[in-house]
Amino acid sequence: MNALVFEKKKASITSKLHTGNRSCSAFLTRKDERIYWIVLATLIVLGLLSAYGLLVYNNPVPRSSPSFVPVVRRRINAVITMLLVATCQSLATVTFQSITNNRIITPSLLGFEALYSAIQTATMFFFGLNAFLKFTGIGAFVVQVAAMVLISLILYGLLLSSKYGDLQLMLLIGVIIGTGLRSLSSFMRRLLAPSEFDILQARLFGSVNNADPSYFPFVIPVVIITAIALFMYSRKLNILSLGRDVATSLGVRYTSGIIFGLILVSILMSMSTAMVGSLTFYGFLVASLTYQLVPTYDHRFIFPMATALGFLVLTASYFFMYHIFNAQGVVSIIIEMFGGLIFLIVLLKKGAL
Amino acid sequence: MIAIENVKKRYSDEVEIGPLNIKIPRAGITSLIGPNGAGKSTTLLMIGRLLKMDEGHIMVANMDVSSSKSQDLAKILTILRQENHFVTRLTVRQLVGFGRYPYSKGRLTEKDEEIISKYIDFLGLTELENRYLDELSGGQRQRAYVAMVLSQETEYVLLDEPLNNLDIARSVQMMEHLRYAADNFGRTIVIVLHDINFAAKYSDRICAMKDGKIAAFGTVEEIMKPELLSDIFETEIDVIRGPYGPIAIY
Repeated sequence: MNALVFEKKKASITSKLHTGNRSCSAFLTRKDERIYWIVLATLIVLGLLSAYGLLVYNNPVPRSSPSFVPVVRRRINAVITMLLVATCQSLATVTFQSITNNRIITPSLLGFEALYSAIQTATMFFFGLNAFLKFTGIGAFVVQVAAMVLISLILYGLLLSSKYGDLQLMLLIGVIIGTGLRSLSSFMRRLLAPSEFDILQARLFGSVNNADPSYFPFVIPVVIITAIALFMYSRKLNILSLGRDVATSLGVRYTSGIIFGLILVSILMSMSTAMVGSLTFYGFLVASLTYQLVPTYDHRFIFPMATALGFLVLTASYFFMYHIFNAQGVVSIIIEMFGGLIFLIVLLKKGAL
Repeated sequence: MIAIENVKKRYSDEVEIGPLNIKIPRAGITSLIGPNGAGKSTTLLMIGRLLKMDEGHIMVANMDVSSSKSQDLAKILTILRQENHFVTRLTVRQLVGFGRYPYSKGRLTEKDEEIISKYIDFLGLTELENRYLDELSGGQRQRAYVAMVLSQETEYVLLDEPLNNLDIARSVQMMEHLRYAADNFGRTIVIVLHDINFAAKYSDRICAMKDGKIAAFGTVEEIMKPELLSDIFETEIDVIRGPYGPIAIY
């Protein structure tokens, strides 16, 4: 090695080249950071506008009438549900994709929705229409959430902490359990009377109108606590997404780290599914768009954007479908269609799984 | 010192690594060489706590790797494998910054930033520090990971085949960097190498493995002998004394 290179290297060892401008901050430039905050603020404002629109637009009674407020109050439940669902689905999908280091899968792979539809179908099948109609309210809700969280706990706990446990195997088993439950419920559905089937189908298709405001006292605190836990976990999640080997080398306990993350995911997903039914591609749609908008790997910035975007997607699509196109009831189908399209585009662009 | 005592790893009834007994002293570069399947990577992974051993103990700087807290170990020991997860939208500098996680838990101080700059400059990544990892070539990315591992500032650095996928120029460059880190930063580097001549040129000690056992451990001069190498690799290998040390001919 010639002397010049050596001297140069030695100079750099004393880190004289370090300046205050060089930093590891999550954004490359100040401009990126400013754009991030502007986009986030815009999304929040647009989301709030759509929510406001949903509350007051096309109100059948005039503003001066005493029944104006009750109408708004009824609509407010739907908006709160949208906020909860957006938070649950967006955070859960982003976390899940980071943990599995795979941006084309959704937590639905773990079979939450299959389990939900199996529980619903089994209630109708075994106990009949009356029991099915009574199987709502906070008690039934808690039972369903508990069942979903429990199943995923068993799945993660057994599979990830065992000697040969790994994520891919867990996902595969999740898919198999999901498929099994789905065929079981579709078998039961075949034996139902057409009228029963119709009622069941209405509940299974995701819609914010499925949500019962009596769930709120339970759901809101749980979602808030889980979301806060997830935000506090985001620095660790940044490390975990580097993979098992690097994370371990950096002193992070990988297995317990991802089990903790997956438990939060399962709580959020079960909340959302038990509240409004299945939304397969919605979380994926939001997560994919979020990655386009956020120019950093850092989950502390991805999470707020995902939540804001998720809320905007839900409120805006409901607003447009209800009040502009007068097409009620098809919102989730539209979201799923766009989600599916984005999914295909991402898949084709990436060219590989 | 890295002390390996009676360590065994069973993959199946026929395939077993160990029992291994070896003491790797502090400072300098120790290379692990041997044919494929000899257990080099397994040994390295067990020292780096990425793989659990079935029997025995490994002590690094008097800490038992299987029972010590992972976050405490992360301050004295780091390990890098060849294949790593791919994180999008992550720049070189941010990756190297993760090396400070054991100390800062993600909240980097100005001191951390200075240390990060130091290792980025050291590995010649200054120009690239704001590039995303997916915009780099394989060799550059490898250097970024090595910079991360060094910025962890652990006394012990374990590297699993860091020269894989690097051409001759990059391999030489990488070994020069590691040699410098060992000499001037006082690191103890344990490295799995395939090329005997790289091991001979740059290490202080060589540990040769065969069939899951340690076949020989000693200084470069002690290991670079035709009979020994031919036996270990089951190939005719000659050694000539060149002006820069022994060279294996095969």
